[in-house]
Amino acid sequence: MTFLGMPLAHAPRGVGHLRGDEPFPRAARTALANPQLRRNVQHATTTIRGKSGRVIAELPDWQDLRAAGSALKAYTMANLPRLLEQLEAKVTEAGGVVHWAADAAEANRIVTGLVRATGEQRVLKIKSMATQEIGLNEALADAGITPVETDLAELIVQLGDDKPSHILVPAIHRNRSEIREIFLRAMPGVDPALTDDPPVLAAAARRYLRETFLTTKVAVSGANFGIAETGTLTVVESEGNGRMCLTLPDTLITVMGIEKVVPTWQDLEVFLQLLPRASTGERMNPYTSMWQGVTPGDGPQSFHLVLLDNGRSAVLADEVGRSALHCIRCSACLNVCPVYERTGGHAYGSVYPGPIGAVLSPQLTGVEDNASLPYASSLCGACFDACPVKIDIPSILVHLRNQVPHPAAEKAVMAAAAYTMDRPRLYARAQRAAKFTKLVGKRGRGLPPPLNGWSAARDLPTPPPESFRDWWRSR
Amino acid sequence: MSSKDLILGRVRAALADDPAVPEVPRSYRREFPPADLDVLIDRLVDYKAVVHRGSDVAAIVGDIIGAGTLVVPPGLPKSWLPPESPARVDAAPGIGLGPETGPHSWLDQAAIVAADGVVTGAAVAIAETGTIVLDGSPDQGRRILTLLPDLHICVLRPDQVVASVPEAIARLDPARPLTWISGPSATSDIELNRVEGVHGPRNLHVIIWEAA
Ligand code: SF4
Repeated sequence: MTFLGMPLAHAPRGVGHLRGDEPFPRAARTALANPQLRRNVQHATTTIRGKSGRVIAELPDWQDLRAAGSALKAYTMANLPRLLEQLEAKVTEAGGVVHWAADAAEANRIVTGLVRATGEQRVLKIKSMATQEIGLNEALADAGITPVETDLAELIVQLGDDKPSHILVPAIHRNRSEIREIFLRAMPGVDPALTDDPPVLAAAARRYLRETFLTTKVAVSGANFGIAETGTLTVVESEGNGRMCLTLPDTLITVMGIEKVVPTWQDLEVFLQLLPRASTGERMNPYTSMWQGVTPGDGPQSFHLVLLDNGRSAVLADEVGRSALHCIRCSACLNVCPVYERTGGHAYGSVYPGPIGAVLSPQLTGVEDNASLPYASSLCGACFDACPVKIDIPSILVHLRNQVPHPAAEKAVMAAAAYTMDRPRLYARAQRAAKFTKLVGKRGRGLPPPLNGWSAARDLPTPPPESFRDWWRSR
Repeated sequence: MSSKDLILGRVRAALADDPAVPEVPRSYRREFPPADLDVLIDRLVDYKAVVHRGSDVAAIVGDIIGAGTLVVPPGLPKSWLPPESPARVDAAPGIGLGPETGPHSWLDQAAIVAADGVVTGAAVAIAETGTIVLDGSPDQGRRILTLLPDLHICVLRPDQVVASVPEAIARLDPARPLTWISGPSATSDIELNRVEGVHGPRNLHVIIWEAA
């Protein structure tokens, strides 16, 4: 059988959370109008940059580790079919059951079916980007199954009836006093004398979830790494909610993107040094759990691994864009991004925000469905420098801009505008160029470039009277 | 076509350009000097673990637990436990800490939840990161045992301490359930600062057992 000429299979529409309700510039404008949100995000990203920088400086071989991590990922992608089959064989040998999900809808069907088969009505969830991506919680709820998010930030999001805005810390847009208010409002049985002291807030979450951990029989997790050589799955976490989910239930279902496979056990020595320092800025995160299939007498006695494509194979087909699959979801690129810092994560629409989201989401969905995201960047390059596996995000952005269905002139103007956002002198020059090309704007519904390039479907926001930069700064 | 064939077919088609397979440069540190216990202690303390050093493990455990109740894994050396603090042993039926303690059975979840603390050994500790790793050996027990009590006392022998992550990976067996622990349960979810004390044990004591 030959698969040459096979059409690209993007993540399907109508399921999951890879597409926003509105294009980036309009969503960004809403976010920029919220100074509290901007302060919260700025405070958090500043904190994490400092912490991360300090622990990275402790390692004399950080650049060597990055080089190894980058090469390991390229090696993995080039050998993906073999590694996936090896992983499947090893997990099966160790007592696990492996399922393959071509897209979000199939993954949701598989997981929902597995939970149904246990007869349980409630599942524990460990924060996982893959299950957010496929909209698993909604699928479970539709099947009458209650998903309980156990990660503190996810809990804040769930109780606040909110959306995640960061890969690592989905509630990064909330400060401690907002978290306190959410808990007081929505956490059953919460102490009304709750303060906004972070340890007090953490203790409230501990009390609230304890009984649920002890009585729920099924858990759903993601995975940071799946070792092909040994079938060992790895979950990296902080709070111990992961350990609870991976230890106490009878049944564990892990949903893992196919790109998360790692060739050998030894390779973990690279990623376990890169990830915590780039991610939470710790030498090591508090807890990392590793397991191989089922361990008799210890932990879940029924283990299912769901391998998810959902557009990943389409990303892999792009010679420039495929390195977006190298991402280990550390979120360092978000934390250094001047655009993310101003807009927060919601503006990106997809569950993958920030620079990595700007290159990953459009490739997973097909660029037409996220056409504004490749422009959600100033191409300053900070993400590339910060990335522990050296993904050249700016180059992928430029590459994707060339695929966005827009007239070439608009693309050029928009690219220049984004690029100069943080460079005042270049910007002034671009302003003059923008005036010069006003005709382009007059042709449509009047928004002058550079802003029109940000809007995919000619569905343009109201033109602001100020210049692009004034508009941006004043929000 | 099965979904497996479909996905693998898509992946193979995506790789039709036959991308270059890079040599993985292993120029990062793979040779290390012997582990420095002071570094380990510094890193443990930095992440809010309490560190003890000494030869009389039982006395140190006794000081930490006081009148509290303990659960322990089946292979824990009995000499690590204070005689006045009868610990409940979590073991397959018939296995115990020795003839004096008699046969035991698996503890149920409620008994583990009710315990004030758990005492274990460890498989490996990593100085550079302040990490201890449990691998479910008889002196470490089932994973549930070190998860539910609010106090975890972990006894380390100096020869179990390695300097770095690569050395730890080389010593560990990926077939065993592994738990890497770096400080007590914590979260970075509130304003991205580390705050101790969420779902896992909120108190981590590490005893470095130095022969008298
Ligand atoms: S792209 Fe790189 S920096 Fe961004 S989240 Fe992924 S691994 Fe981290």
